[in-house]
Amino acid sequence: MAPAGKALLVLALLASVYGLFASVYGARTGRHEWVDSARRAMYVLAGMAAIAFVILDVAFITSDFSYKIVASGSSTTTPFLYRAAAIWATQQGSLLLWVLLLSSWSSLALFVTRHRVRDIAPYAQAVLLGFAVFFTALTALFANPFNTTSPAPAEGAGLDPLLRHTTMMIHPPMLYSGLTLMLVPFSFAVGALISGRLGAEWMQVTRRFALAAWLCLGIGVLLGMRWSYTELGWGGYWAWDPVENAALMPWLVATAYIHSIMIQEKRGMLKVWNASLVLLAGTLAIVGDFLVRSGILSSIHAFVSDPTLNTSFVALIAVMVIGSIGLVTWRREGLRTEAGLDSLVSREAVFLFQNLALVALTAVIFWITFFPLISEAVTGTQVSVGPPAFLPFVVPLALIVVALAGIGPIIPWRRVSAAKLRRSFVFPVAVWLGTMVILAFVSGVTRHLFAYLMFGFGAFVVATVAQEFFRGARARRAMTGDSPPAALAGLVRRNRRRYGGYIVHAGVAVALIGVAASTSFQHQRYATLTPGQSVRIAGYKVTYVRPFATATAEKISFGAVLSWSKGGQHVTTMRTSYGLYPSQDGLRPVGRFFETGDGASVESHVGLQAGFTRDLWAAINANIAPLQSRINQGDVLFSRLLAQDLALPAARQAAQLRIAYGLRDELIQVLAQRYVSHPWAASFKLEDSPLVTWLWIGAIIAALGGLTALWPMPPGASRRRRRAAGLRPRATAPPDRSPSEPIREPELV
Amino acid sequence: MAYVLVLAVLAGAVYLISAPLRVVTRPARSDHDAAEVAELEAARDAKYAEIRDAELDLRTGKLSDDDHAAIDGSLRAEAVDILHRLDRARETDGIPSGA
Repeated sequence: MAPAGKALLVLALLASVYGLFASVYGARTGRHEWVDSARRAMYVLAGMAAIAFVILDVAFITSDFSYKIVASGSSTTTPFLYRAAAIWATQQGSLLLWVLLLSSWSSLALFVTRHRVRDIAPYAQAVLLGFAVFFTALTALFANPFNTTSPAPAEGAGLDPLLRHTTMMIHPPMLYSGLTLMLVPFSFAVGALISGRLGAEWMQVTRRFALAAWLCLGIGVLLGMRWSYTELGWGGYWAWDPVENAALMPWLVATAYIHSIMIQEKRGMLKVWNASLVLLAGTLAIVGDFLVRSGILSSIHAFVSDPTLNTSFVALIAVMVIGSIGLVTWRREGLRTEAGLDSLVSREAVFLFQNLALVALTAVIFWITFFPLISEAVTGTQVSVGPPAFLPFVVPLALIVVALAGIGPIIPWRRVSAAKLRRSFVFPVAVWLGTMVILAFVSGVTRHLFAYLMFGFGAFVVATVAQEFFRGARARRAMTGDSPPAALAGLVRRNRRRYGGYIVHAGVAVALIGVAASTSFQHQRYATLTPGQSVRIAGYKVTYVRPFATATAEKISFGAVLSWSKGGQHVTTMRTSYGLYPSQDGLRPVGRFFETGDGASVESHVGLQAGFTRDLWAAINANIAPLQSRINQGDVLFSRLLAQDLALPAARQAAQLRIAYGLRDELIQVLAQRYVSHPWAASFKLEDSPLVTWLWIGAIIAALGGLTALWPMPPGASRRRRRAAGLRPRATAPPDRSPSEPIREPELV
Repeated sequence: MAYVLVLAVLAGAVYLISAPLRVVTRPARSDHDAAEVAELEAARDAKYAEIRDAELDLRTGKLSDDDHAAIDGSLRAEAVDILHRLDRARETDGIPSGA
């Protein structure tokens, strides 16, 4: 089916090129039939991308090694689910996934807006189809996943062991969904700027897409952190890796954007800012994809560098940046603000400060991430900077953002009286002060200022959110007489955007408490132990109980059973192992199963005892050097044996080879068991990290809050809310005649 | 099999994409005016949401009665202004008022 896949990609490219020109023609001439036809071209593109994706995935699942990328990224020993997900572990396959997601999300956006924003949509459609042309052309012409090889190899190289992790099956699609969804509001912003329709309508239409992009990116980042923590064997969840930062930056800008659009919707303010933010978020989404695909910055997550792709991406990013600046400058008159800040003590002012902090955070991360390239351009030498370069800037800005996340919900829009302000702040400030005072008496906490302040601000945010829910539910109860749980549920159901947002604030605060605790109060220890030996860490005694080894067709694992105890009481027993996947080195029939050098396919299986107060974590680096002499002997022996077998007549060759490979497999089992029977020393990394679990819990809370805000109102709710009450305006300065449509009374609950 | 699949997809794509071009469309009303109405309706809905938020802020104790009265009055005046502009835009566009 490879020719069909190739043909579909060419057809998809033709459809997207047609759609792009039909959109522009329809927009310029006002002929809707061309715009409609172009929109259908996007649907067709999505359909073709889906069929091509299925064809390719079937090739992975059935281990059809005539496809080059299947041979290089999968194997018959790769478990089924990983084979199904291996498609996006390759540059070509992930480009096809990108095309599929981009066209699918674009189709959804164009479908739901087909009767709205009719001045803007044709241009937005043209921009989305422009992106589709770019990525489909890359896939069809420069990184075609349907390229084949003949004769097909009998076995594939296998999926990178580091990617054999449950979260890796969901992480890339979530990240790509976030990045491609970000292009929807970007495209509608461009459409609004070109058409001059600069009101709030295009924002209302695309708000859910921006929120969905934020949610998917956030979940993607979270899954990547979880993978890093449980798979990479270095003990952390965030390394300020360029590709990690590439996903974080558009997420931060999107966070700023979904707050600041509320100011434009309500006050007609910050139009230039909002247009710039959404254009920046879209551009950063492409920059993020570029960093993953280009490998221009050293990253464990990046694909191998490809000059053609790099040049194409740089050109696209240049067009986006120059075009965005040009459009905003061109429309600066229409983007003039309609109102000013009534008071610095208002929600819009808090949002503004929060926006500034988030954009500053993004700017810092961008600068430090790209500093190696900047330094190379200026001095000719690439200067690497690590996590310590980020922290002095990121930590204070993160504290400001968290503090504002607590202040924002309790301050109303426009203005507030001093008495009401005091009343609103009493409970959260009391919680904040109480937390700070209690923690001051807990040994060691105040020595870590960042963590100390983050605990205080985190408690403040949680208190403000709790207060908001309590007050809202009480108000609803007073009006409806519902029971407290029903009032709370009704409140959230009727005000999903507001209360979903509050849940997100609480989740982020909880997550950052987990980050502060686990980074500031973590204990780490490296130790080399033989079975029976012990080492102490953070009051725990860790004993290397016994080694174990397993050899399967997929991999060989060397591991250890560790026992953790405290004060003489047994706490937990955990297993950690070090897995070696066979290389393709045909000259070493035995040694290829024991490769540990550079480029070897190895994985860590960490030992983890997670709890609400602390995580106990261990990773082994097994020492198999004592096996090396026997491995070398095996190589010599079996190379000779296999050479003899291959010289036999074809009729006897297969049977003899089967016997030889059987003997080799027995030798591998013997070598693996020798590791168990001989008490060699192994190296361990041990960690005691407090409150890490709260990072994951907080992130899940935030994701649930995002889903709450994103979830559509139940059918009929909008209609009920829009029901005219027949009331005349209570305006202080009534107009000379009433409008034909009466003001609708707000339905609070 | 592969050729059949590609031809079927191609035929479906051509049929789907060309469908709007194959029907004679009547001239639509001015997009510009319709967009103006849609934009004002969006502004109206946003203003209603703002009135509603102010009401919620009052009931949850964030706004005093005086503050709420001032804000609500101002918001309603802005809403009335939008409704007047909406009336004018609809008249221009030939849409019945209050639609």
